[in-house]
Order: sequence, then structure tokens, then C-alpha cells
Amino acid sequence: MKSEIQLTFENCKRENRPALLTYTVASDPNKKKSLQIINSIAKYADIIELGFPHSTPVGDGGQIQTSSNRAIKNGFKMRDTFQIANKFKKNYKNKPVILMGYYNMIYQYGENKFLKDCKKSGVSGIICVDLPWPENKDFAKKCKKKSINFIQLLAPTTTKDRMRKIIKDSHDMVYYISMLSTTGGKLKVSPKKILQNYNKIRKINPNKNVVIGFGITDKTISSLKSAQGLVCGSFLCKTITDSLRLRHNPAEKLGKVVYNLKKKIL
Amino acid sequence: MSLKIRKGIPLIDQHDKNGMWGGKFGGNFVPETLKKPIEDLENLFSKLRKDKSFIKERDYYFENYVGTPTPLIRLDNLTDHLGGAQLWAKVVSENPGTAHKVYACIVHCLIAKRAGKRYVCTDTGAGMQGKNLAMVAKKFGLKAKIFMGLRDLVRQKKNVDVMKKYGAEVVPVTSGSQTLVDAVSESMRYWVANCQDVHMVIGSTVGPSIFVKISGYSTSQISRELKVQLIEEFGKIPNKLKLLNCVGGGSSAYGFWSEFIDYDKKHVSLIGVEAGGSKKSKLHAAPLSNNSKLGVLHGAKAYCIQDNDGQIGETESLSSGLDYPSVSPLHCFLKDSGRAEYTSATDEEALNAYKLVSKLENISPSLEPSHAFATAISLAPKLSKDTILCIDSCGHSLKDSDIIKEKLGFYTE
Ligand SMILES: Cc1ncc(COP(=O)(O)O)c(C=O)c1O
Repeated sequence: MKSEIQLTFENCKRENRPALLTYTVASDPNKKKSLQIINSIAKYADIIELGFPHSTPVGDGGQIQTSSNRAIKNGFKMRDTFQIANKFKKNYKNKPVILMGYYNMIYQYGENKFLKDCKKSGVSGIICVDLPWPENKDFAKKCKKKSINFIQLLAPTTTKDRMRKIIKDSHDMVYYISMLSTTGGKLKVSPKKILQNYNKIRKINPNKNVVIGFGITDKTISSLKSAQGLVCGSFLCKTITDSLRLRHNPAEKLGKVVYNLKKKIL
Repeated sequence: MSLKIRKGIPLIDQHDKNGMWGGKFGGNFVPETLKKPIEDLENLFSKLRKDKSFIKERDYYFENYVGTPTPLIRLDNLTDHLGGAQLWAKVVSENPGTAHKVYACIVHCLIAKRAGKRYVCTDTGAGMQGKNLAMVAKKFGLKAKIFMGLRDLVRQKKNVDVMKKYGAEVVPVTSGSQTLVDAVSESMRYWVANCQDVHMVIGSTVGPSIFVKISGYSTSQISRELKVQLIEEFGKIPNKLKLLNCVGGGSSAYGFWSEFIDYDKKHVSLIGVEAGGSKKSKLHAAPLSNNSKLGVLHGAKAYCIQDNDGQIGETESLSSGLDYPSVSPLHCFLKDSGRAEYTSATDEEALNAYKLVSKLENISPSLEPSHAFATAISLAPKLSKDTILCIDSCGHSLKDSDIIKEKLGFYTE
């Protein structure tokens, strides 16, 4: 049976557009509002990435750190991630949810219990920032057994040979990090160069769905729209921060912003 | 089941192909971007370790720049005062960088040069790592960027001034607790974004496995010297020897112990002293002596202060250099194999130890080694006169003069 993630990419392909993936943090600014936010985003986004915040995110820049700290300060607990996902899936049955975070959180929760709860709450995939290949081999296998996508990451520093091995062990979706940066950095590589690298990856196995993330904002998104999928994260986290400061309703604001992103890649 | 340490092989090399010690500590839990830079560094380091010209250069700088050996002195007055074991100190702080950090900074800068990198970055807590990297980088013509938590920047300002004097850029880190843990995170983030031009240095035996190895490889110089000095002094390694060292990340302790790990623990016992924090507070920076759970921080699996969810826990110590929630995988391995034992000393005990040692002896340990002195002071009276208690005085107190003045009302260098 095809996964929800696979079906989503096939659907986008039929519509001749990239999939739009959004990243926001569970419980940012609090549990209830973060659910409202993804509910509002999901009208336009194809795949919802839900971050489980970590106190020490070594791969993240300021915007996601701010969102994570806000969530933790407002009482985030790991189980909230699943409750939010679960409620979301009641509204959006077929919209894939991917959880994203750092390995220590999964490790403390227990890999098996984590996967069980993913399954129960309808989570389709997992991105683990600091569990690279081959460290992720065992966990990725466990995910596969549960029909959950373990999403492998590739970076500009990844060698061709390593890419082949990683892609061989990948599931339906692969994530290409556009540049040498933490999240939230300014796009410092030309879209042309990024797409060149991207196409090299695509050639290794054309059956894999490869998305591009890092540095994607309303300004840069359209220049990369020939990719199969684009991930927008820090830009959304910053929008939450800004709308809280201005006392706007973040869910409403995020809906508009994601609508606008979507328009730019149609 | 307890883990087994193999004999005849340096502990830094007793890891598996994934960089794990004892099958459960260490590793490389890093973002994909860093895999290649780490692999390059691993390959370069393993080549350089076998390269005679590299070792010659390393030894040249150890001898002529650090000055080898750093003194081993008998603490006669302290020994008489306490009655019991003989106290000795290896005054590692007697080097131009006033701390053990100088060894790894030299080795890292030599590696950076050979890797063709012109920039180095690092974390610092007490400012000793920052000061040493700034100093050595300047000597080698490299540009240094030092990440330091804002809280440490204030409490260890004296070292910040020195870093700046050497021309390093000091970047205040304002995230999280604004201490060492955040400095390491920020330095790693900077490396993620700049790994093609920058060589990252980590200030202790923590982080991805290659950094544990390079740090431990470098500080091992301390125990190579100590072994020779002990044999010169006693004609052999004394029958009852105890080596006491403070443990933050653990590079100082590993370096002080590495040559002695193969000895039976009844012959040479290894005692690590972590930071217990203020006696009035529940917080501490002592994951080993408080049986903290295994966790993943900064690329390595190790015992780590954290909550049930896996959020890294808050720490507290008067000594910035020991104020870190996790600890080296090497020390986790030494603990679980039963080879070393770990305890902690409080802020107050460390201050009292500083007071006594600096009053009676002609040395002035910083707050970090004062933790080890505190444990030595409490142990010595209970031990026989033929027991040799040797303490690594790995940092000079000058950087702590403001804190000491505030707490004790005076400071003597
Ligand atoms: C003087 C001094 N001693 C000890 C430490 C802790 O060292 P380690 O991480 O090697 O345990 C530091 C760290 O900054 C230090 O400056």
C-alpha cells in the first residue's frame, strides 16, 4: 500500500506543482494555539511538519530556537506532540504529518513507544536532525516495519558515494538541505546551484521524492518551484513571533502567509 | 553487566566503528552537514598521529611553548596540616595559558594548519579554552572566534580581556542558560554554517567522537610527564597512589590519568570530582556522581543532566569551567567499568579548599581544581602516611579573583 506521503507527492505531480511542506513547533505558542495554527495552515500546505522542541537544538538558528523555547516555557511535554497530531488528523484525514526533532527526545521517550504513539496518532513520517546515516539504520528499519517514513537528510557536504548509500536506505521521501547553514539562515547559494545539486540527487533514484529545505521564505520560494517539494520553517516561526508581538492571531496570520507561499509556487 | 577496558590500548582508541565506547557512550549524533567535515578530520588526525614530523612539531611546542614538564611539587604544609596521606600537586597551570587547555589548542591549531583552514572557532566556559585558543591561534597565524555564554562573559571577564588582547573575536551567547552548554551549541552551529573554511575546536573531551579523541590525545601529555616525575621522585609508581582531578567535560582528568588506567585500581586509584553546586541548592553540574541518565548532547551519548522528556537540565556551579550538564564518554566508560570513581564537591567546599591551599602553599588553584583539592582535603586525614594523593592543579585562580574576593573578602594570587 502506498503511504500518505507518497500519495501526496503523486497528487502534486499530477497538479504539476511542488508539494508545500510547513514546519511549526508543537505547543508554540501553546498547545491549543499550535493546533489552531496547523489547522489553518493545512488548507494550503500539503504536508505538515510538526517539530517537537528541544532545549539544545544544535542545527537550528534563532527563529526556531525562539519558537522552541516559547513552547518549552509554556509547558510542552513530549506527549503533547502526539495529542496535537491526533487531533489534527481528525480534521485532515489524509494530510500527512511528519514529526521533526532531536534524537534525545526520542531516546528518552523510548524508540518503540515513540513509534507506537506515532502510529496511534496518525503520524506518517519522522525527521531526526541529529541521527544521521548510518547511526539511524536500526531506527529507520523499525520505522519501516511500522510503515512510518524515516526521512533521510542530504547536505551540500554529502559525498556522491554517501548519497547513494543513504538514498538506498531511504523510504519515500528525502530531504535536501540547500546550503551550509543552520535553519533560519539567509539563502546564500544561488537557486540555480541548489537545483543543480538537487537534480544530481534526483538522478540517483528518480523514484524518491526529494524536497528542499533551509532558507525558504516568501522571497525565495518561487525560484525553487521546479523541485518536488519545498519546506518552509523558520520563516513561519518568525511570523508567529511577530504576530505575538503585534497581538495578532497567529493562526489567522499563518494561514494567510502559507496561502501566499502556495500562490507563489503554483 | 560492567564494561571492560582493554589493556595496552589508549582509552581514546577503544571505540567501535561508530565512535562508541563500551558500545554505549560517545558516537556522532550530528546533523548530516557535519558528517563529511568530521570524516575528513578523522582521516587527517589518524594520518597525523602516525606522522613523525607532526609529532615532532607537537613535541616542539609542548617543550618550548608550554614548557615541559610542568612541576610536580610536594605540599608539605598541607600534608602536615591535615595529617595522613602525603599531598602532591602537579601544577599544570604553570604554562603560558595557565590551564591544561593549552595542549589541545596546540594540537588543534597544528591540525587546522595542515587542513588548510585559516579560521578556528571554539566554546569556552571559564574562558581558559578561549584564552588558550586565542593565544595559540595568534601564534600560528589563525583567526579565532570564541563563543562564550553571557553569564560566563561577565563572571570570567579577566579571561575575556586576554582573548581580546590576542585578537580573537569573542561572541556572547545569549540563548538558554548563557553558560558553557550554550557556548558549545553556538560554536557547533557556527561550524555547521562555515565548515568549509573553519576548523572547530571543542574545549574538552566531549562532542562528536573525533573531538573526544583529539582532546584526550592532547592532554595525555600531562600523565606522560607525571609518570616520569613520579618514578624520579619515588623510584617507582608509589604503591598507594590516588590521582584526583576535577571533571567538567573531563579532558583534564583524562589527560592526568591516561598513562595510569592500565594499573590495578588498588595500586593507582582515579578519583574524579564534579561540581556539586551551592550546598543550598539542588542544582549541580555533576552527572556522574548523581547517576544522571544516559542522553545525547552535542553529538555524543553520555550521562547527562536532563528531565524525563530529554530536555537538557539546568546546572549550577560557581566554577564556570565545570558548569556543563554532560560529561565525556570516556568518563562514562571509566565509571561503568569501575576503573574510576566520581564524587562531587560543593561551591563552598571548593572555596574553603582554595583558601586553605593558597594560604599554606605557594600555589593558587582556580575554582575548578579547588574542587579536587576539596576532596583531597577531606580524604587525606583518613589515609595512611604512605598514601600519595596527587592533585592536578589544572588552572590558575587569577581569572576567579573577583568571585573569590566577593565570597571570601580577599584574594591572594
Ligand atoms: C581551570 C579549569 N579546570 C578544569 C576545567 C574543566 O576541564 P575539563 O573539561 O577538562 O574537565 C576547566 C574548563 O574550562 C578549566 O578552565
